[in-house]
Amino acid sequence: MTPVLRRLRQELFPTAADGALSIGLLSLLALAVVGLLRWAFGKAQWAVVQVNATLFAVGRYPLEQQWRLWLLTALLAAATGLSWGLLRAHPRPDRTGLLWPRNDRLAVAVLAAVALLLPWGLGLAAALQLRWWLITGLLLLVRWLAGRFGAALRPAQLRLVPLIWPLLYLLGMVLINGGLGLMPVAPSEWGGLLLTLLTASFAILLCFPIGVLLALGRRSDLPLLRWGSVLYIEFIRGAPLITLLFLGQNILGFLLPGGLAPERVWRASWVLTFFAAAYLAEAVRSGLAAVPPGQLEAARSLGLSWPRALQHVVLPQALRIALPAMVGQFISLLQDTTLLSLIGLMELLGTARTVMANPAFLGRNGEVYLTLAVLFWCCCAALGLGSRALEHRLDPRSLPQASR
Amino acid sequence: MQPAPPWWRDRRVLPWLVQGVVGLLILVLIAFLLGNLIRNLTAAGLLLSFRWLQQPAGFDIAETLLPFNAAMPYWRALLAGLVNTVRAVLTGLVGATVLGTLMGVASFSRNGLLRGLSRLYVEVVRNIPLLLQLVFWYFVVFLALPNGTAALQLPGLVLAKSGLYLVGLAGSLGEGLRWAGPQLVNGVWQAPLRITVEFAALLTALVIYSGAFIAEVVRGGVAAVPRGQWEAASSLGLHWFGTLRHVVLPQALRVIVPGLNTQYISLAKNSSLAVAVGYTDLYSVAETTLNQTGRAVEVVLLLLGAYLAIDLLISLLMNGLNQLVQIRER
Repeated sequence: MTPVLRRLRQELFPTAADGALSIGLLSLLALAVVGLLRWAFGKAQWAVVQVNATLFAVGRYPLEQQWRLWLLTALLAAATGLSWGLLRAHPRPDRTGLLWPRNDRLAVAVLAAVALLLPWGLGLAAALQLRWWLITGLLLLVRWLAGRFGAALRPAQLRLVPLIWPLLYLLGMVLINGGLGLMPVAPSEWGGLLLTLLTASFAILLCFPIGVLLALGRRSDLPLLRWGSVLYIEFIRGAPLITLLFLGQNILGFLLPGGLAPERVWRASWVLTFFAAAYLAEAVRSGLAAVPPGQLEAARSLGLSWPRALQHVVLPQALRIALPAMVGQFISLLQDTTLLSLIGLMELLGTARTVMANPAFLGRNGEVYLTLAVLFWCCCAALGLGSRALEHRLDPRSLPQASR
Repeated sequence: MQPAPPWWRDRRVLPWLVQGVVGLLILVLIAFLLGNLIRNLTAAGLLLSFRWLQQPAGFDIAETLLPFNAAMPYWRALLAGLVNTVRAVLTGLVGATVLGTLMGVASFSRNGLLRGLSRLYVEVVRNIPLLLQLVFWYFVVFLALPNGTAALQLPGLVLAKSGLYLVGLAGSLGEGLRWAGPQLVNGVWQAPLRITVEFAALLTALVIYSGAFIAEVVRGGVAAVPRGQWEAASSLGLHWFGTLRHVVLPQALRVIVPGLNTQYISLAKNSSLAVAVGYTDLYSVAETTLNQTGRAVEVVLLLLGAYLAIDLLISLLMNGLNQLVQIRER
């Protein structure tokens, strides 16, 4: 018997009962897969996704202003390529420093396949398909350039590179929102994936500092800070998100002087931010609790002030330990953006609901929901994968002894 | 000698200074918000009051355990909603615990296929938003069920678009009880126990979603029991299931129960998504009430209070359970 067969036998048929169970499960699984495939390629009508692809991507964003979103996508692709290439151009001492390691070749293959097949599958116009190919090409070109010539950059210049991300975020806000000479586009016209990603990224970025402050407050010796943080965290964690969104939509107007209450989209984004901050604070607190108290004492006795000891000694260790839990929170935050559809915002699920209210697409729920599920699954799984890679990169045990 | 630090760097003063500043900021913020609230509410003629709770509600609730009609006051409507929420939470807790335990234990099976399926279930379910799963179950699965004779008939259970019909006890206490299954009467299914598709969809989504998280909690708990315990038990001649039942689970429970507490609370909070499929739970009734009365502040206060109470109750019960499963020192 070949090793593969022996392994299969050991895994699937260790005893007679297990064998029967395996056969039963296998036939059920086969039935399910065949049923799904027959539905997907027979009964299902995917036109609902193809026709509404733009609606799902950007909502009712004005057609003549959509070049701004294309520009933003291209800039994001270039920044991704730059960061990716520089990571390879400056490898850690334990790495081979290959320009295209195996994982990267795999990633490029997946990226190329997605860029070729997805626009074609969605039945986009040839011009739009070409744009996606160009954007993918740009990403790979910048990746190659940065990987090839990035080694010549000096450390001082290298330290400036991560700064392009916050700059790009601000620029993206301007491009989406308008201003600085661009025609303004009201938030009520943003929708689909654009709105989902925008609210999620806004909340993720802002909840992080608030959450860290709350976690520090909860572990503080000062009673006012501690009890204030505890009260806030427990209040938010005790309420379902939908009631808080409801509160934001209905009461925020009463809490602020007349006319000062922000637009509905921004209200919801702030509620999401403050909601996520409470959960993030708990994740960070578990990280802080895992750092031995001797670390802070040692840092203080070396003469570091309390804020500097936190910044340079305690927080880096605590955040590294809390990373998996924090990314878990970010993933659930991304999923929670679907709740915005319940208060009438047009994010992905809200857009899906309006599409299915159209008599032309009545009863096409399965196709739409399945597409959204795959989209969300890919985003969440990618975040999880990225988190594991980052965890590995930050783990001091994975570094060779010499570079410590 | 070094010059003395300024007075505000003094270690006796600094903590009080920080707290004073933070306290002042919080007070100013609260005063600002409350002042606006009172001014705006007075302008709208909606000063805080709970007298409207006595007025007739004027809307019907499709599905209630607590008898309710439109002539009853608002507080009865909210109470009926609360009862519906508690019903969904309780049944959801039981279902999710059973499914989660089975799936968590399955990830330690000798059978590789079973292990893989358990992993697949957790990875698929955890990465798709609950709300999306909920509308999927409702619109794609339960609303697509056929009615009448075409309905899906299983032993003791009929799945139709008009609802789920279960076998149960029929008749009255005086005339004697008997078991009765679902029957088709004039093209309409009838059975002692009927579940609406809204409730069924909510329950399915909650059980499957929470089950995945509970499976992870159970898996973590079982993994925390040292391997030696398994080996010792099986060398004493215990069967796989006997080992799990008598040796591993009692130890794993100490790790599992606190994790379950978190999952139960989030299930209770997630039940508020019922509004998306038209199951009239507490949140859904509160939304209707707000739309009719405009009493935003009072309604939100009641909502938050009710959910906080449910969470606290679950926490209390689970803490009691936690004390039961801890090691007792003699």
